[in-house]
Amino acid sequence: MSTLVKFKIDGVECMAERGTYIVEAARENGIYIPTLCNIRGVKPRGSCRICTVLVNSRPMSACTTPVTDGMEIINDTPEINDTRKSIIEVLFVEGNHFCPSCEKSGNCELQALAYRFQMMVPRFPYIFPNKTVDASNPKIIKDHNRCILCKRCIRAIKTDDGKNVFAFKKRGMKLEIIIDPELGDNFTDELAQKAVEICPVGAILPREKGYQIPIGKRKYDQVVIGSDIEKK
Amino acid sequence: MGQKITIEPVTRVEGHGKVTIHLDDKGNVRQTRLHIVEFRGFERFVQGRPYWEAPVLVQRLCGICPVSHHLAAAKALDVIVGAGTGDGLTPTGEKMRRLMHYGQMFQSHALHFFHLASPDLLFGVDGDPLIRNVIGVALKHKDLAVQGVMMRKFGQEIIKATAGKKIHGTGAIPGGINKHLSIEERDSFLKGADPMNIDKMISWAQDAVDFFKAYHKENKDFIDGFAAFPSSHLSLVRKDGAMDLYHGVLRAIDADGKKILNDVDYQNYDDYIDEEVKNWSYMKFPYLLELGKENGWYRVGPLARCNTADFIPTPLAQKEFEIFKNYTNGKPNNMSMHMHWARLIETLHAAEMMQELLNDPDLLKDDLVIKGTKVKRGVGLIEAPRGTLFHHYEINDNDQIEMANLIVSTTNNNEPMNRAVNSVAKEYMNGQKEITEGMRNAVEVAIRAYDPCLSCATHALGQMPLEITLFDVHNNMIDKKRS
Ligand code: SF4
Ligand code: FES
Repeated sequence: MSTLVKFKIDGVECMAERGTYIVEAARENGIYIPTLCNIRGVKPRGSCRICTVLVNSRPMSACTTPVTDGMEIINDTPEINDTRKSIIEVLFVEGNHFCPSCEKSGNCELQALAYRFQMMVPRFPYIFPNKTVDASNPKIIKDHNRCILCKRCIRAIKTDDGKNVFAFKKRGMKLEIIIDPELGDNFTDELAQKAVEICPVGAILPREKGYQIPIGKRKYDQVVIGSDIEKK
Repeated sequence: MGQKITIEPVTRVEGHGKVTIHLDDKGNVRQTRLHIVEFRGFERFVQGRPYWEAPVLVQRLCGICPVSHHLAAAKALDVIVGAGTGDGLTPTGEKMRRLMHYGQMFQSHALHFFHLASPDLLFGVDGDPLIRNVIGVALKHKDLAVQGVMMRKFGQEIIKATAGKKIHGTGAIPGGINKHLSIEERDSFLKGADPMNIDKMISWAQDAVDFFKAYHKENKDFIDGFAAFPSSHLSLVRKDGAMDLYHGVLRAIDADGKKILNDVDYQNYDDYIDEEVKNWSYMKFPYLLELGKENGWYRVGPLARCNTADFIPTPLAQKEFEIFKNYTNGKPNNMSMHMHWARLIETLHAAEMMQELLNDPDLLKDDLVIKGTKVKRGVGLIEAPRGTLFHHYEINDNDQIEMANLIVSTTNNNEPMNRAVNSVAKEYMNGQKEITEGMRNAVEVAIRAYDPCLSCATHALGQMPLEITLFDVHNNMIDKKRS
């Protein structure tokens, strides 16, 4: 009556509860698969594709694919990692990411992934899109220059009665995050703080609080992203 | 036949510049101009950004003295967040910033003297350009070169311990600082293995002043006469008239020592100072309103500070200050090359200040930030290595920067540098048809005395080379030399 399934990641025997998504199952077995749009405990979206793995030779997003018995997963190869790196590069050229002056620097998942995958210069040309800063909300500031449209804020930030505070507006290159004017104005401090934390980059910023953590003490100053999982 | 000479790019200064020299029909120098040809426009970049980003964003306009911009911006924002106008921070907040600043002053002055200026002194203005550089210094005067490197390193380590990184850190935040010093950090500076400890730094800084004084004795004519001209001088001074490089009131004196600005609050700097734009340079020309556009220009930097201050509040530097003052019988010193002397006295002062601060237990405490009632406008001034630096920000209701005005040290020295170039050009180029290496470097030496950061001044990017072009009276180029 065991619900455990057996599968392999890069040839290593692993076990996990049936139905567990591959990223989560890998984590339980001490293997890191990079993620960006995924949030633990929230229904996955599979929008960024940074977690791409080969499942029985086919590319799949590991955050949305549950493990099954006997599954053969390929995760850590030069080709797959280069695909991931190219996704990171796309995200950099599509926005205006000036890490040197960004207060999320050192705590930013996109930056941390760029370091992990040793991105130097993107292979794509910079787009330098014309984006705005929306500072009208009383609790947070949205900097669209840095938004990677991962939808984490939309999916994770909800009022007590389950309403979404964030939403998408417009289409294509103009697509951007908006805040429900009414719900946003009544943001609790906790929810605002959660929004700041849920955003993997510096697109949702707290008001009047920047650079509080000294360099050297920030999340990714000392450790490479994912190394906490690999250590196990 | 009239001629015009251009010197471009100027070397061993930070940034990029070009000098043109116009000759009249007798071949005498009619007009000289130092053109700053790069443009960067940080004042525009920061518009719309949340105000607390300014200290981290704006410091990027310089890789040489980012700390000065970092701190001037932070000081302006202290005002905005209601933390007072420079003396309202917690003791730890203020002293950590001061330590950062003196570390910066120390390393920047050391870099300038040992690497940029000493080649001219050691090998002569018209010395062989192949050895008249830092490598030449390293080969012939190894001890000096090593001292320069180590002093710079010491200053940079101080910056790292206070700002988080050697360049472009994040330490100063509106209303204070984001870290205090650890005991280990403090002890590493106080008791580090030779030579990396503060006692050694003080003794080396003293040696450097002594070196200059000895050199001066041997080369009086050059040091006293080269590019000397009367001018007003401006800087911050502490309320009691002491030299204070981090904070104070604004004082300006004329060439005879008469006070033009009598210790005024810099929040209203624009009541006293305006900037003129000229169509041949990206660098603006600031002037004291009281004296008008024509006569209102002034010098800033080490020489100006040693002229405006009544005394220096650390013992060794004060002793040197007295010798410096006596040399001109207490009158303002208007000799451009004495800038080097003043710079070295300040280096010694910075070292003594670092020692005083490192021994202060407040640096180890964790009361870091203070805030009060927010206002929309803040001005922050600081004495950067190259002189008074102005940062002025205004924010909107959404905390976004609406207006930024920066007057950087080198901009303040714009007219003085032009005068210095003019005086040297007249001496070296009257009646000349081509630019010799010695002449070209003489112009550069005059500019270099001001340690100009031309990148900062136009908020421009890159290294600074200089080109000199010589034009005749009909505006035909007759010679051009680049370094
Ligand atoms: S604001 Fe942040 S969390 Fe929301 S979509 Fe953009 S990057 Fe993702
Ligand atoms: S983390 Fe899986 S698609 Fe984004």
